[in-house]
Amino acid sequence: MNDMTTFDVEKIRKDFPILSREIHGMPLAFLDNGASAQKPKAVLDAIEKAYDHTYANVHRGVHYLSQASTELYEGARETIRAHINAASLDEVIFTKNATESINLVADSYGRANLKEGDEILLSTLEHHSNIVPWQLIAEKTGAVVKAVPIDEHGEFMFDTYLEMLGPKTKIVAVTHISNAIGTITPIDEIISAAHDAGAVVLIDGSQAAPHMQIDMQAIGADFYVFTGHKVFGPTGIGILYGKEELLDKMPPYQGGGDMIRRVTFEKTTFAKGHSKFEAGTPPIVQAIGLGAAIDYVNTIGFDKIGPHEQSLLAYATEQLGQINSVRIIGQAKQKASIISFTMEGIHPHDIGTIVDRGGVAIRVGHHCAQPLMDHFDVAATARASFAFYNNRADVDALVTAVRGVQEFFG
Amino acid sequence: MFDDLRELYQEVILDHSKHPRNFRHPDDANHEAHGYNPLCGDTLNVYLKMGHNGLIEDAAFEGKGCAISLASASMMTEIITGKTETEAKVLFDGFQKLVKGEEATIDAGDDTERLMVLAGVKEFPMRVKCATLAWHAMSSAMDGEEEASTE
Ligand SMILES: Cc1ncc(COP(=O)(O)O)c(C=O)c1O
Repeated sequence: MNDMTTFDVEKIRKDFPILSREIHGMPLAFLDNGASAQKPKAVLDAIEKAYDHTYANVHRGVHYLSQASTELYEGARETIRAHINAASLDEVIFTKNATESINLVADSYGRANLKEGDEILLSTLEHHSNIVPWQLIAEKTGAVVKAVPIDEHGEFMFDTYLEMLGPKTKIVAVTHISNAIGTITPIDEIISAAHDAGAVVLIDGSQAAPHMQIDMQAIGADFYVFTGHKVFGPTGIGILYGKEELLDKMPPYQGGGDMIRRVTFEKTTFAKGHSKFEAGTPPIVQAIGLGAAIDYVNTIGFDKIGPHEQSLLAYATEQLGQINSVRIIGQAKQKASIISFTMEGIHPHDIGTIVDRGGVAIRVGHHCAQPLMDHFDVAATARASFAFYNNRADVDALVTAVRGVQEFFG
Repeated sequence: MFDDLRELYQEVILDHSKHPRNFRHPDDANHEAHGYNPLCGDTLNVYLKMGHNGLIEDAAFEGKGCAISLASASMMTEIITGKTETEAKVLFDGFQKLVKGEEATIDAGDDTERLMVLAGVKEFPMRVKCATLAWHAMSSAMDGEEEASTE
């Protein structure tokens, strides 16, 4: 294949030790990046070094290692701030994953701002972690959760959204990219319409962060969340971006060490800025690992990653489309490199098991998006999701394996 | 294709999954339960007609699932019809151990050979719950519980 001259996928693959593994005696074709991505050597090294060279608790001591550890940890925050173009470090909160980021906003912002009859608008595309936290806070406050529908291609129905927006709408929480079918939603329009209606917006960027440059100033969301392990960093670290003027007014989410200013039994005052939301010893090494991941991705650049992934998506869509029994679920005009499909008369679990024997790792199931599955009237799909380190050989392995499935059940 | 896949998806299993036996909802069923696997969303209902002394006079099911869960459900309904509740539970116990790889063989009398067809599942730990879903539902139906889960 002829990759872009400045983007050498074979060279990039060498940065990811796991990609040279064989599975069941076959070369690994790792196409489950939507669930979690692999880690480059740069991240593994940064993690090892943080443990064997500078490890100590942060913000706690005057000794050398505590200071070194704090510098690395806070340095990671700056790396992420710069990467997402947040206005200040206080707008970058470390959580344990995207799920916790959303729960934090739902609980803290929701508790302070929602009342009976208020509306929270989501969409049918959402991952369960951008549904359930809102249901929980709705139950506590008497607010109502509503979902903006999608059409038969899996597009966010913008006109219906405009009709649903109203004076009762207090929060709009929508995914940037659907994890299950790859739809890229029109977040710019979604956000400005919400702001016109006086609502605040949370964007679930869990699937966007690995595929595109995300710029908080350009996007203008009030809250934007993503999760470290899908952007080539470790598990146990997530990001919540929030506008400072909103964060300042929000009550703490959890209480504990590090988030306080002064504690007495009569009255405790809280820390300011991001610290207010970071109770307890944070995921120190995980944050450092995430910083290394972001640095690594930026050495490649999303300007190169985007076209490569889109060419894989086009190739895979075309190749899978030639297999009779395959039905691609979700054909939005703007898609990230995620393909969901079903095969006539063959359950996704059986597809997954069979292609696995060919070294092909895909996700099968409901992808934590059951309302979306219901929309397409399927219980589950098979999903191949591509990262920048995937190549045409991975697509070929998938297509060969899927043809094998068809023969097997044919 | 690979031997362990052939072992898992034997002809008998493919046949049962494509043409499940007793795939119906009998009017005179007096016990039923819903089996649900939250991991994959597979769902099926098991219907039993229980007579005197815990005799299973009829067993049937309906639902959606993968080849393994449908085949297992189909074969189960054939095997447990004519057995008593106690016998069916002993079979379930043995079958679970078989597919989890805790026992290499089971003694299920004349049905041994038929159940052994599903023994290939033990090489696929992620699929054990598919194989046992209908059995859990059967067991719940006999105990008068409406919901069975593989969790
Ligand atoms: C769109 C989307 N939102 C949220 C999440 C939750 O991420 P995490 O489980 O890391 O919190 C995921 C991933 O599973 C996702 O794909």
